[in-house]
Amino acid sequence: MKHKTFLWFVLPSSLAMLLFIFFPIVSVLIQSVHVDTEQVIKEVKNCGPFGCETITAVDQEATQALKRDNPLGRFAGLSTYFDRRHLALDEVRAAWGNASGAGDFFSQLLNLPFYKAMSFTLAYTFIVTPLVIIFGFIIAVAVNGAAKWVRGPLIFFSLLPMLVTPLVGSLIIFWMVDARGVIGAALQYVAGDPNLSVKASTPLTWVMLMVYGVWHSAPFAFIVYYAGLQSVNKDTLESAMIDGASRWEQIRYVIIPHLLPLTTFIALMQLMDNFRVFEPIVSFSAEAHATSLSWAIYNDLGGETRQLSSAAATSVLTILGICILLLPVLVRTWRDFNHK
Amino acid sequence: MLLRKITLAVTMALSANVAFASCGDITGKVSIVGNEFPAIQTVAKGAADCAGDAVTVTSNLTADHQKINLAGLQGDPAEYTTAIIANSSIIALMNDDVIRPLDDLIAAHGADIPKSNLITIDGKVMAVAFMANAQHLAYRKDVLAEIGVEPPTTYEELLAAAEMIREKGIMENPVGGAYKSGWNLAQEFVNMYIGHGGEFYKPGTAEVAINNAQGVATLEMMKALTGYMNPDFLTHDSNATNAEFEAGNTALMNMWGSRIGVLMDDEGAEEVVYSNIAVGGPMTVGGGTTPATTLWWDGWTVAKNTSDDNAKATFMAMKNGTSPGILNDDTMGEAVWMIEGYKPAPVNAGVFATIKAGAKPYPMLPYHGLLHTALGDNLADFLQGKESAEQALADTEAAYSTAAKEKGFLN
Amino acid sequence: MTAKTQRRSHALNLLLIAVLVIWMILAAFPFLWTLWGSFKVEGDFFSKADWMNALTGPLTLKEAGGSFTGAGYHGAWIKEAFGLAAINTVIVCVFVVTISLTFGTLGGYALSRSTYRYAFWFLIIALIFRAMPPITLVSGYLPVFFTWNLWGHLPTAIVVLVAINQPFTLWMLHSFFKNIPKDLDESAMVDGCNRFQAFRHVIVPVMWPGVITTGLFSFLLAYNDFAVTAMILSKENQTMVPKISSFLGTTQTKGNVMFAVASVVSVTAPLFVMVLFFQRQIVSGLTAGAVKG
Repeated sequence: MKHKTFLWFVLPSSLAMLLFIFFPIVSVLIQSVHVDTEQVIKEVKNCGPFGCETITAVDQEATQALKRDNPLGRFAGLSTYFDRRHLALDEVRAAWGNASGAGDFFSQLLNLPFYKAMSFTLAYTFIVTPLVIIFGFIIAVAVNGAAKWVRGPLIFFSLLPMLVTPLVGSLIIFWMVDARGVIGAALQYVAGDPNLSVKASTPLTWVMLMVYGVWHSAPFAFIVYYAGLQSVNKDTLESAMIDGASRWEQIRYVIIPHLLPLTTFIALMQLMDNFRVFEPIVSFSAEAHATSLSWAIYNDLGGETRQLSSAAATSVLTILGICILLLPVLVRTWRDFNHK
Repeated sequence: MLLRKITLAVTMALSANVAFASCGDITGKVSIVGNEFPAIQTVAKGAADCAGDAVTVTSNLTADHQKINLAGLQGDPAEYTTAIIANSSIIALMNDDVIRPLDDLIAAHGADIPKSNLITIDGKVMAVAFMANAQHLAYRKDVLAEIGVEPPTTYEELLAAAEMIREKGIMENPVGGAYKSGWNLAQEFVNMYIGHGGEFYKPGTAEVAINNAQGVATLEMMKALTGYMNPDFLTHDSNATNAEFEAGNTALMNMWGSRIGVLMDDEGAEEVVYSNIAVGGPMTVGGGTTPATTLWWDGWTVAKNTSDDNAKATFMAMKNGTSPGILNDDTMGEAVWMIEGYKPAPVNAGVFATIKAGAKPYPMLPYHGLLHTALGDNLADFLQGKESAEQALADTEAAYSTAAKEKGFLN
Repeated sequence: MTAKTQRRSHALNLLLIAVLVIWMILAAFPFLWTLWGSFKVEGDFFSKADWMNALTGPLTLKEAGGSFTGAGYHGAWIKEAFGLAAINTVIVCVFVVTISLTFGTLGGYALSRSTYRYAFWFLIIALIFRAMPPITLVSGYLPVFFTWNLWGHLPTAIVVLVAINQPFTLWMLHSFFKNIPKDLDESAMVDGCNRFQAFRHVIVPVMWPGVITTGLFSFLLAYNDFAVTAMILSKENQTMVPKISSFLGTTQTKGNVMFAVASVVSVTAPLFVMVLFFQRQIVSGLTAGAVKG
């Protein structure tokens, strides 16, 4: 394809991505290496319905003058990336120096917000992604084996976890896992512990979030695999059967290799989405037990005073993290591409 | 009878005229952004009565208002001509200088606004308050009668009462509290720390100073309280805390005055629960005299980046929206209105008691939002027994200092 | 792998049925529970006293005077004009799907036909673009949209959703086009068509299965989006999901939670029809290789 033709064809989507993704990323990069200008503070008298008191307030004239001189704020280099809320270099170094052992070092490390978030994010990503792939595959094989007339409803119900808006879906499931909810009560009965509460324990909260993640994403893997199964080469299957391959061997040597490219695709999308895990943490009020990088951004932007530079730095770190995570897949794609 | 009807008709016509006239001669657009609870809906409706040929009134009342109000006021001209805010959220708008002083508008058109409703900062009126709110005690009359205890006035008494309720086997976890990790938990710390007489900052500076004896005492008291709470307390916001109370699982809690109304109505609970709910004043702690709670107001502002006509129209419309005319049987119980003609209902007794008890307002400092966020993120570890009180406070201070440096409050 | 290629043993059949039954319970139970509960009052459906209340409904009996109440549906559709939000959602979805697919097919086709390295890098950069957390993107848009008075309108939300979904659309369509033999369009070009004519007359007629599949995913993204629509649409232009969230609110008003539950149930019904309708296309589309990495 000629360069010029190529350009015309990709122009609309490039333009859309340039305007709404690339420029924001650039502005986020710029934001992340700047911090606000100094706020000049003065003491003022503040009166309201509950009486008067002396408080401090921002001296607008002086501060606005500073802001006019530096509209982007003060240049801070990478200091935001290295501060306590992000990579926390000083704190990590201090912990390395004064820790009494490896266990103490890690507990000090996990007390820092970034590493605490990373520990859950990585655990979530590496547990949920393979489970989604495995369950999606099993469900696809099972639905594919069902009689034709039930497949339509089966597909619909299998897609339900993905279709119902998480906003309300998680609200209802959150109630269900409550100690007095239907699942919570069932768990207490099974465990034989009337005081068992999923929401009060950190390990159980992690398990709950991961189970929800698998439940919510398995339909995506299912539908992709189900479609892939429709195109398995029947001749290959039949010749395998004639050769006396057992059912398991057929799956192992014919179907799984056939579905491998689909697995790459699912893995790529799931790794990326799971690394950005956010919604379940907020919907399940799990902040006390589990945080993630996306949650940290939300927390920075959602407070009464928004912390834009910090959110920007965390966003950049998220992108870098995803790049590292996807590197093996990307290298593979690169080889495929050159192969052609 | 006929005469009464006529008089009624005339009065209605007159009052309609008055309502119209109170908007004055205005042109332009009025655009409101604010939270979505019923009292604010009422105010927006009152403001919308000023809409006419020359004036448009629109409102965007949403739970996400804090995420959009700053951006919505920053444009020139601003998308919104007024933001309805509370004493904590006005700070973000003042820090970025997007709301205008109201002195000249008040001098020209606002002589009838009660002086005490004007929020004056450094001699300039920045907002007009219209309702008050505070957290105070709510309890079950029947349960306290069963154990033979008066409603507690201190947190120590509350703990003792909770222990008796548990011992008698009436309730397993009798104390309720909005201790959800994040904003709610930080709010409870702020309450309790003020009750212990603590100061958040070194005087006159933005340097935080909470890692002290009062800070530790505050955390210890909070932990003692959580011992009588449902083990899921770190996930309970005020909605969930109310739901627990309505389900009859708790008997004592520190709750927002604005949320008592839905507790006392006959929906969502058994009769034995809703007919026995009563409110008390705020509680003190650790022998202090300042109640361990904070006072809040909600008020309206006028955007800086809008034409003078729009500003005037907004001022008149919002004044109308917070005038005695909006009060009727339905709206009366929605809030503790700071409006003439407001008759307190029993549900609002707690807020009045709190004001009378000399509670402090929530700190209106430019950097306090950062401390609130830092508290919300770092106290849960202590309450779960994962670290010491000193460590939790040190973490909070470190998180705050990092944020304050980024925002330019500390160097 | 189709049902009749091989006789299955009883044990295998049982296993298959067991897997299906367990999965159906897991997938559908929360929804069916919600369907049942949407006819109860909040105090029962979200009972903190005993989960059996959601089944027996003592408070529903007391407050609504019957075992079931349609108050949630009445409140959502009549009192709160949920229909308006539904119309907005339809508008957003139709435009997002159409525009995404138009942009995506053009770009995806070009990427699948170019043999230059920049095509590869284009795809990789698109992938990295997808890594950007949407909250950061949206908070970056706000000041700009407010300054240029773009905030609050449906077209703004549509364009943003199209742009954010482009990387996914491009990836899917690109791999789909790779599976359409190159000979098809190249022989057309030998016959004197230019690239666009070849695309228009040869590729367009055979691309529908892949396009419909990708369109379905675009539709679901637009339909379920909350992060973008909640922040950049004004009250009048709200779509369904932010509307549902406004029923929940920060300080829940009595009964409004049930409006949200009722609306969720009512918006799932049209999806059922749609999935049944498109079921075959989804399958044939993906079969053609739409998602081969």
